[in-house]
Amino acid sequence: MKRLTTPNTTHTIAAPDARVTQVRIARLEPMRIVVTVKFVPDLQSERSFTEGAVTRVGDDGTMNELDENAVEAALRIRESLPEGECEVTAVTVGGPDAVAAVRKALQLGVDHAVHVSDDAISGSDVFGTATVLAAAIRRVEADGPVDLVITGMAALDGLTSMLPTALAFHLDMAQLTLASDLELADGQVTITRHLDDAHEQVQAPLPAVVSVTDEANKPRFPNFKLIMAARSKPVTTYSLADLGIDAASVGAAAARTQVVWAKPRPPREGRVTITDTGEGGYALADFLIERGLA
Amino acid sequence: MSENTIAVLIEHRGAQVAHPSVEALTLARGLGRPVAVWLGQAPTDDALAQLAQYGADEVRVVGAGSQVRLPAVAAAAVEAASGDAAVVLAVSTFVNKEILTRLALMTGAGVVVDAAGAQWVDGAIETDQTVFAATWNVRTRMATDRAIVAVRPNTTQAVPSPEVGRAQVVEVAVTVPATRESMVAVQVQPPSDEVPLAEAAVVVSGGRGTSGDYTLVRELAQLLGGAVGASRDATDEGWIGHEHMVGQTGTTVTPRLYVACGISGAVHHRGGMQASGTIVAVNIDPEAPIFEIADFGVVGDLNDVLPQVIERVAAHRAS
Repeated sequence: MKRLTTPNTTHTIAAPDARVTQVRIARLEPMRIVVTVKFVPDLQSERSFTEGAVTRVGDDGTMNELDENAVEAALRIRESLPEGECEVTAVTVGGPDAVAAVRKALQLGVDHAVHVSDDAISGSDVFGTATVLAAAIRRVEADGPVDLVITGMAALDGLTSMLPTALAFHLDMAQLTLASDLELADGQVTITRHLDDAHEQVQAPLPAVVSVTDEANKPRFPNFKLIMAARSKPVTTYSLADLGIDAASVGAAAARTQVVWAKPRPPREGRVTITDTGEGGYALADFLIERGLA
Repeated sequence: MSENTIAVLIEHRGAQVAHPSVEALTLARGLGRPVAVWLGQAPTDDALAQLAQYGADEVRVVGAGSQVRLPAVAAAAVEAASGDAAVVLAVSTFVNKEILTRLALMTGAGVVVDAAGAQWVDGAIETDQTVFAATWNVRTRMATDRAIVAVRPNTTQAVPSPEVGRAQVVEVAVTVPATRESMVAVQVQPPSDEVPLAEAAVVVSGGRGTSGDYTLVRELAQLLGGAVGASRDATDEGWIGHEHMVGQTGTTVTPRLYVACGISGAVHHRGGMQASGTIVAVNIDPEAPIFEIADFGVVGDLNDVLPQVIERVAAHRAS
């Protein structure tokens, strides 16, 4: 545990894209941030559903792209603080291949990685996933309290955006979602969120769960040095039993919704593509008129 | 057997009922007895008349105070007004997804968001959604007694009820929960005359091919009575505001007609519009992936093509 030499100092995070965040700190312990990351299949790749769960073909997935904004937000806070005054841990839940998500986070520069993997998790809905993630975050807290949990705004595979809310509920932490900007000062976190009808500023004392949008920052690219360093960093793996979770409380059987069927959308029939040779616009207009769309 | 109560969380901006909410009321009529849930200041007579027209039997008004914009407060308010409801319907917006997630955690109900409808099948609610950037259709069945469904705009055609609803106003009291969060500032955006992107029946979008000039895109949108959309490329360039971005991190749209102008059709963009009714595309690049999903595509310069479209459609309108 370290004592800060400059309590109540305002640090400025100067971001490459000129977004500036003020961080004021007065702490005796390092700040601890958890970033939740999700393994998602490559959107371009083949995939299928089996018994209500997604079956992926090949090892063609990576970390959910929107989670890069969450990792970036955490790293910028760490970099705004004196060396050693902030630790960032990436946590993921998923099958064996999901370790790729926390490996990516390590390559981006997080300090620690946790992977919860257990066959019984398969088929969990958002509530089951949140239960497991919350337990994993509580485990991280065995080494000291977590001040901030940062998530992406959504997962591009399922796009439900429900996880941050469920996580805040389970952890009994404040919920500050869809942040396009976040500021930390005097133990309070303040976010700005842009909704269709209004721009809001919402504030809460730490600890808090914050989800960040893709407007919040421009994620960095991993550099060679970090990629090499990430190779030797350990990933802590937990099973449900390690976290004290009853396997029956998660997974497909506990899910509140079930997939009845899933099928690829049929391709559109009768598609036409023409090359404009001078009257392409008229042809397009005629198509719209014929379909009663103009 | 008493009919199932279907609670519909109404989107409103001041006194104005948002169109997707009357779509949701239309859907609710097919499931049971529609009850409108109205958060905030009491609805005007015009709003009540509109809710009645779409069959609302009751309008439950929950004041919930100044912090009603906080999801935890809104969820408590919805819970107070929907305790007897077998199904809670709402419009699928980012904010409603948060409110409904909290409601589900408070009540144990199952929840589906981004649904394209809902129906009773053998005593349980089933819904249809698209997933994986709108490349798959999925049917989901509730395993719980209570169901919460967030429906996408434009997925149910709004039809006035053959019988006007009573729209009986019922004031609902709620104990506003103490929250860790507080709303420190709200800057309400000035209401726009334009159709909201998510609700528009026609969307005309411009991408990199516009080189930042949206004149033709706007003109065509106006002519077709539609909203203006954009690709991520265009909003990143600062050519047009982020609120116009169509895609998985912006607005997901399912209009009757989607016109993509100078948009290549990256997977994140397609995921936000692929479920649209008819898709037409204009792009200079014959290899652009947007052509793979376009019902009618024109390989050409939008500066040549769009003026012809505008001219002929305008002439058709005038005839």
